[in-house]
Amino acid sequence: MFETMTLTALQQYWWIIISLIGAILVFLMFVQGGQTLLFQVAKTEDERTLLVNALGRKWELTFTTLVTFGGAFFASFPLFYATSFSGAYWIWTIILFGFIAQAVSYEYRKKQGNVLGSRVYEIFQIANGFLATFFIGIIVSSFFTGSYFMIDKFNLSSWMNSYYGFDLLLNTQNISLGFALFCLTRVTGAMFFMKYIENKKISERSANQILINGLCFVLFFLLFLGILITKDGFAIDPNTGKMYMEPLKYLHNFMQMPVILAVFLLGVLLVIFGIYKGGIQKSLNAFWITIIGVIPVVFSLFIIAGLNNTSFYPSTYNLESSLTIFNSSSSKYTLIIMSYVSLFIPIVLAYIWYIWRVMSKKKINKEELEETGHIY
Amino acid sequence: MSISDISLVDWSRAQFALTSIYHWLFVPLTLGLSFIMAIMESIYVKTGNEEWRKITKFWMKLFGINFAIGAATGIILEFEFGTNWSNYSWIVGDLFGAPLAIEGILAFFLESTFIVLMFFGWNKVGKKTHLLSTWLVTIGSVLSSWWILVANAWMNDPVGMTFNPDTARCEMVNFWEVAFSPFAIHKFWHTITSAYVVAALFVVGVSSWYLIKKRHESFAKKSILVGAIFGFVATMLVTVSGDTSTYQIAQKQPVKLAAMEGLFIGRTRAPIIALAILRPDIPISDTVNHFIFKMEMPGMLSKLGYRDKNAFVPGIYDLVYGNQYQGIEPVFKRMERGTIAMIALNKYKEAKEDNDTIEMRVSLSEFRTNYKDLGYAYLDKPEDVVPNIPITFYSFHLMVGLGFYFVILLLVILFFLWRKTLIKRKLILWLAVLTIPLGYVATELGWIVAEVGRQPWAIQDLLPVSKATSHISTSSVQITFILFAILFTVLLLADIRILLKQIKNGPKE
Repeated sequence: MFETMTLTALQQYWWIIISLIGAILVFLMFVQGGQTLLFQVAKTEDERTLLVNALGRKWELTFTTLVTFGGAFFASFPLFYATSFSGAYWIWTIILFGFIAQAVSYEYRKKQGNVLGSRVYEIFQIANGFLATFFIGIIVSSFFTGSYFMIDKFNLSSWMNSYYGFDLLLNTQNISLGFALFCLTRVTGAMFFMKYIENKKISERSANQILINGLCFVLFFLLFLGILITKDGFAIDPNTGKMYMEPLKYLHNFMQMPVILAVFLLGVLLVIFGIYKGGIQKSLNAFWITIIGVIPVVFSLFIIAGLNNTSFYPSTYNLESSLTIFNSSSSKYTLIIMSYVSLFIPIVLAYIWYIWRVMSKKKINKEELEETGHIY
Repeated sequence: MSISDISLVDWSRAQFALTSIYHWLFVPLTLGLSFIMAIMESIYVKTGNEEWRKITKFWMKLFGINFAIGAATGIILEFEFGTNWSNYSWIVGDLFGAPLAIEGILAFFLESTFIVLMFFGWNKVGKKTHLLSTWLVTIGSVLSSWWILVANAWMNDPVGMTFNPDTARCEMVNFWEVAFSPFAIHKFWHTITSAYVVAALFVVGVSSWYLIKKRHESFAKKSILVGAIFGFVATMLVTVSGDTSTYQIAQKQPVKLAAMEGLFIGRTRAPIIALAILRPDIPISDTVNHFIFKMEMPGMLSKLGYRDKNAFVPGIYDLVYGNQYQGIEPVFKRMERGTIAMIALNKYKEAKEDNDTIEMRVSLSEFRTNYKDLGYAYLDKPEDVVPNIPITFYSFHLMVGLGFYFVILLLVILFFLWRKTLIKRKLILWLAVLTIPLGYVATELGWIVAEVGRQPWAIQDLLPVSKATSHISTSSVQITFILFAILFTVLLLADIRILLKQIKNGPKE
């Protein structure tokens, strides 16, 4: 089946898979956004416990998706894995520290003898919530703004300054996507609380957070988008393989892939509609409306970053070092093998959906928590 | 800064070792407890006896505490290949990335999705569905280990690949050879069964403590029964897989085997050393006796490594300086060929840039003839192929010694359990309690043998560790090493304290 595909088609297929996993990761980062609201949506210890437990039944999904996202990138585009992780060393390390802190914080928070005390584990959750979303936003934005690295003739990479990723923080577009992602996940986090927790006060405070963070998200996202569609982009000449700067490249990508543009616009409208439904109408459906919007928005951003002869990881140090799906991918054989593995993804999504349905039949409240006996 | 900057290599190595050691403090218990819990819950579903449900839930609680930190350290390991070993990630990413991605898609999702139903679903689904979710967590953890160990085994025995001079990397040509290499199969069995032993010793040890304290006696006896039988079967499998693993090492990594057994000069009817003390600081080129004292079992190493009591087993001296009678080449010859391959690769690249097709063909032919020794081009001297002998030797022997002790202990416990007198055998019960940390020691030593013993190679014969690192500043790695060390240590202390508190509280409904 996949054997008949050309190398280029496989590279494109894998970029689409990466884009899809990336989009699902951003959807699932409502967990991170929710964690940052622990002290804003909850005002008492009991309320906070409800929040933590509601998120605690989902955190592994986000965590596993991140692991899979990393693994899939490693398997399909190993040169990106090698270049970005070692180059933007500090950004990735900060993200990882956040995830270590998160992983233990649920299980340890309320356990006797947890050494650091409950409050510290709650701070771990807030730290993870901010660091993961903001810095992953920074990394994704660098797909459009570029990074300062070089690839030698043996395809070995070097970051060409000593900031190891901190330099990415000096770019307005990067910062704007970082904050946009942070605010977006707070919106979806608050919507998750509204939908899955049975507590009137939590619902009211969540609705307020949806409005405030929704507004922030729109502002930062518009700033990011405005810069994106008006800037020169990193293009590759398919005939010569040479890199060059193309004016309005990303706008062209949208125009030249009208389906992607339609998907993107539909996603944006759904997100805005979801914010309206959640923040103003306090509708419980806001969560899924917004999520159905988030996935196509993120997916289409990844697509315009990597397809249509675009460099998805451009080098601002040396244009020719820029990474494209063509020069950074695994071999055809490995992509074929991995493509067969990708056929299992729908099965994985199906059983995740089943577990989600089983666990969410009833809203979480104090009684339900005591019933399960496993409280975070 | 040169990529061969030794302190960068050593700090990167130290950080990876730190993360691996901490990771493996948590994973064995997760692997083993998931299986033990699944057995206990199966008994509950089969018998309907509520006590088994209580027992299952108690061990599940301890499992949950341990699982989180295992996952946290695991994600760091995956990403450290990119952050600290970027040359490695490119050179072998075509092969190495695939098992990691497959692990995520096929195994880790299974484990982490059904774990939610396992913890919170007792009253949400039927007994059988809940049991299925517990077994799926167990199966997920086994599959997860499989793919991780496939990746690790490939570093020791790089099969199913070719080196592509155009991309300057190893590329996969046969997935099945990678996924089911004999090295991977034996490594998987040895590693996972050793993890099961650790978990079994944990269950038996904790339960013995309750018997000593005369608390939860019925719970403790039932847990010991499951734990000891499971542990005994696992120790048998560890022994068998240890034997087959040694055979694989003899074929693929003879220097590692020689270091494990302290075999300096090769010989026929090579012995296994039962007990010995090495003389410190004797160079490997010195043919004097390297031991202060040793007790041997003649012919056993030949039997283990080559299935023939009279077989010749090469020693470190033979493997470094050569042995013409046994047809073993000296390392310097391989270094020469590696250098020829490296020069040919450079020439090929330059010729390609200049579109010089004749030179491309000549240099490519020369490269293909010699590329299997490519990694040797990076060595400074032949002795570099020898790992740290004392660490490898003592770790191996201590691990094996502890393994035999575990077999005896579990047999004795099963015997007294059968005689219904275990509760009176305070010494045995205390031994079981004190053996809990020894299980961890043994399994960590196993990894030390595996990883220290394969130095200097990141990929056997192809890529030394010194050339696998990222091009980053040493100070960055020093800082992250310190931060990781502090964070992991604090979390380990928290993990232990929480576990102790939960154990002290005992099983509750």
